[in-house]
Amino acid sequence: MTTPLAMRTYHFKIYRYDPDKDAKPYMQDISVECDPMDKKLLDAMVKLKAKDDSLSFRRSCREGVCGSDAMNINGKNGLACLTDLAAFPEGKPIVLRPLPGLPVVRDLIVDMTQFFKQYLSIKPYLVNDDPLPERERLQSPEDREELNGLYECIMCACCTTACPSFWWNPDKFVGPAGLLAAYRFIADTRDQATNERLDNLEDPYRLFRCHTIMNCVDVCPKGLNPTKAIGKIKEMLVQRAV
Amino acid sequence: MSRLVVGAHYGVKDWLAQRITAVLMAIYTLVIFAAVLAGATGSHDAWRDFMAHGVVRFFTFLFIISLGYHAWVGVRDVWMDYIKPTSIRILLHVLTLLVLIGYAGWAIQIIWRL
Repeated sequence: MTTPLAMRTYHFKIYRYDPDKDAKPYMQDISVECDPMDKKLLDAMVKLKAKDDSLSFRRSCREGVCGSDAMNINGKNGLACLTDLAAFPEGKPIVLRPLPGLPVVRDLIVDMTQFFKQYLSIKPYLVNDDPLPERERLQSPEDREELNGLYECIMCACCTTACPSFWWNPDKFVGPAGLLAAYRFIADTRDQATNERLDNLEDPYRLFRCHTIMNCVDVCPKGLNPTKAIGKIKEMLVQRAV
Repeated sequence: MSRLVVGAHYGVKDWLAQRITAVLMAIYTLVIFAAVLAGATGSHDAWRDFMAHGVVRFFTFLFIISLGYHAWVGVRDVWMDYIKPTSIRILLHVLTLLVLIGYAGWAIQIIWRL
């Protein structure tokens, strides 16, 4: 004989906005019943979508690798697929909003054009003019170690959209995700464009709008530290200047 | 010649200066605090003698200049963050500079005019 699974009802307050239908955004109250097999917030949201199929959000890998389902959960940016359902306190609705600081396309979907523009501006690829070796460009294990904590970024935009400096100057400030990626290539011993990369960032807006608020570190679902990477870029700029 | 479209090539100097002035002010504050605790400033005359000392004069002057420069970078950063129209931005920058220079002169007068 099997015992019935304990069901739990989750209450949500979700930001809804469909520019084709709604004059302005509103918060929708909606509940969904979940069983213990529903582990993550995304599981509950998939059930919500079955209940009200007009709800729109991005999702893909459902395991914190693709970075699609980044959203503002109870006031803090995070990935729905990595957020434990059981951790939400009972009786309080879960408030879901789109990532702050970016234009809303619909419901929880934001337009990430500005975010990717800033990412592209740091040339997120290896620059090396030496002829290609027969197999691959090698690094020593110690040099490779430098890239740990930098290359794991999944570009979910949780950090950049949690950064007040990005909110005020999204067109000029590269943002934590972009700067982490910038340092990933600056720190890469195989890259030959370090000087140009530093030139590109030696700017009161592009780099120095970072006021070490550290919201980025607080929200990163992968546990990365963009502030530390930004600090290292500043250190290199100082070393180069004096 | 190709013009770099990004990288205004400033920012490091101000960032570094802000940190150096912060360290200077922190040390100065601690020293003054220690002097007060040690009783070197018990009376008006003691304060005057203390401030008249060469080393104290030197570092007090540095402190006032540091405070001004530190505040200039900090306040300018706030204007750069929030104020977008160029005309208002320039006006605020100039006002900030004038006020800070005025304050520095005034502070020096207050401390050493007596």
